[in-house]
Amino acid sequence: MTSTATTGTVGHEKLTMAQALNRALRESMAEDDSVVVFGEDVGALGGVFRITDGLTAEFGDTRCFDTPLAESGIVGMAVGMAMNGMRPVVEMQFDAFAYPAFEQITSHVAKMRNRTRGAVSLPMVIRIPYAGGIGGVEHHCDSSEAYYAHTPGLHVVTPANAADAHRLLRAAIASPDPVVFMEPKKLYWTKEEVDLGAELPGIGRAMVRREGTDATLIAYGPSVPVALEAAEVAAQEGRSLQVVDLRSIVPFDDETVCAAVRSTGRAVVVAEAPGFASVASEIVARVTERCFHSLAAPVRRAVGFDIPFPAPKLEHVQLPGVDRVLDAVDDLQWDLS
Amino acid sequence: MTRDLDLLLPSPHPVELIDPTGQTVAEAAHELPDDAALLRAFAGLTTARRINDQAGALARQGRLAVYPSSHGQEACQVAAAQVLSDDDWLFPTYRDTAAVVIRGVDVAEAFLPLQGAWHSGYDPHRYKVAPQATPLATQLLHAVGVAHAARLRGEPTVALALCGDGATSEGDFHEALNFAAVFRAPVVFLVQNNQYAISVPLARQSVAPSLAHKGIGYGVPGERVDGNDVAALLTVLGAAMARARAGEGPQLVEAHTYRMQPHTNADDSRRYRQDDEVAGWVQRDPLARLETWLRQHDLLDDAQLAAVTADADQLAARMRTELAQDSTPEPAELFAHVYATPTPQLVEQAAVVADELSREDEH
Repeated sequence: MTSTATTGTVGHEKLTMAQALNRALRESMAEDDSVVVFGEDVGALGGVFRITDGLTAEFGDTRCFDTPLAESGIVGMAVGMAMNGMRPVVEMQFDAFAYPAFEQITSHVAKMRNRTRGAVSLPMVIRIPYAGGIGGVEHHCDSSEAYYAHTPGLHVVTPANAADAHRLLRAAIASPDPVVFMEPKKLYWTKEEVDLGAELPGIGRAMVRREGTDATLIAYGPSVPVALEAAEVAAQEGRSLQVVDLRSIVPFDDETVCAAVRSTGRAVVVAEAPGFASVASEIVARVTERCFHSLAAPVRRAVGFDIPFPAPKLEHVQLPGVDRVLDAVDDLQWDLS
Repeated sequence: MTRDLDLLLPSPHPVELIDPTGQTVAEAAHELPDDAALLRAFAGLTTARRINDQAGALARQGRLAVYPSSHGQEACQVAAAQVLSDDDWLFPTYRDTAAVVIRGVDVAEAFLPLQGAWHSGYDPHRYKVAPQATPLATQLLHAVGVAHAARLRGEPTVALALCGDGATSEGDFHEALNFAAVFRAPVVFLVQNNQYAISVPLARQSVAPSLAHKGIGYGVPGERVDGNDVAALLTVLGAAMARARAGEGPQLVEAHTYRMQPHTNADDSRRYRQDDEVAGWVQRDPLARLETWLRQHDLLDDAQLAAVTADADQLAARMRTELAQDSTPEPAELFAHVYATPTPQLVEQAAVVADELSREDEH
């Protein structure tokens, strides 16, 4: 992975995203007794991705515990615990395995504050490992962010590097609102130099990961490294691409995204999810509505096709890679400028 | 943890302590509640019936958008409220407005959703009453969570979670029983089996020996009770609450009752059930049998009955006055509670609404 930090901080230690997430959980649990972690295999095993590794040993099995294998039950119980003074952080084992909890998430997690005119807040986090790139079998690679982003009342956050994973998870746990925290599982094991003490923007702020002047790539989660790699390749070909990492899908940072697009006049949205009715569609709509007079070309998308996620041997066909991104960039009407 | 099957099985017949004719049933296993509890329950039944009658009238007049009546189920409504202590939580459904009011929620707040003004009208923390659940069985899991959180902190709270017979077919019902059992959460599940899920009769929901038997698979003791006998309900629910409070885990109680009226004022129950079936349940009315029993035991005379009725009439009068008020919130409030702090997008959208409304005012 190419450089991810433009904050200028010097890394103090090498951490994977998985370790950074674990650190965030550990710190939040140490600071606040009301933070409880539960889900499937999160106890003795430490989660199938080891994000909760060691938490039961350190904090006891009333603070980090395994539940019966039922996602609606996990989220529904978390709603009740959040109603009664706790800050649950629940793990859905994989993106598509969260669907049994869909009613609890969309009808209750998202709506309780509004339903009760602000009387009941649900400070809870639903962690969901998502997206492809790991050769996973069916139901293990969905990009399900649009379902949650479409539901008013949820914050939807997705980090693209270890430092952000730590910063944003800490912020999500501290938030008075429910946060769907989407973890790009293909980035779990990427090691980076990070300074966990560095000041980083919180939920709701996008960040420019790479400066550029010719066009803006807008990406989030697993697509940020793809966008950065595409920018690197483009630079070798003499084209300067800016990369914006959303970090937070909801709330959406119109300000940063639009300022970036206005500075270059061209934009491509990069995302793994099928493009139809997607987060990428929303970004195109927002940018077009707000930046139309700064645009030299229609905003393009380099996204997944509108097909069920393929089996491992064909997933490379579905995932937007550097070529698909640069093809979209090539289509930005350069001959007209 | 495994349990002896005998401890999980409900009794062969629903527990009944006062029969439909108002006579004490000889019952070795359960004691009648004390006189004071039964007198309080009679006042509650009178109030609940009056709430149902008044709300039904207001719905017919168009003052309420809708009313799902608990007429016929008042014994369940009253017992559910009466067995709670201040620390306990009630998780009601849309049909449990009478229980919500008897628990102490102000009528203007309780009826706000039925006026069509907002989805819930009271502060759940103030009354320890969750918002009335419109989806089926989802609230049972919330009850497990509230109870588990209390248990982790060593608090004496028990959650009483209500649902109907139809809800026992939903996945969340089963997940709630299982989670409550595995975590030994202090929850009592009360199924008001009123025989119909809108139009679908119980036989199409389940062929289990009873709904109370559904606890067995989860290691949760089940009990069946005559749901029109408030004495039996108070005794059985009271014991279940005490057991949960003592740390002995959840219990499932099935109350056999009957929805005397259509699903809501918008339903036509003649399409799916016969009048003589309904008439049969009139004989099992929860109020009449307790009144008979109290009079026979010299606990109620005409003057006391008049006083109880007057209190209920006063509440009904308050409903007529309060629910005649326009309680519609300001449209700006639609954007105020979606998040603790509105997103920039919601701030923009609230401004759009304000602008649209200001131009409407000009017309």
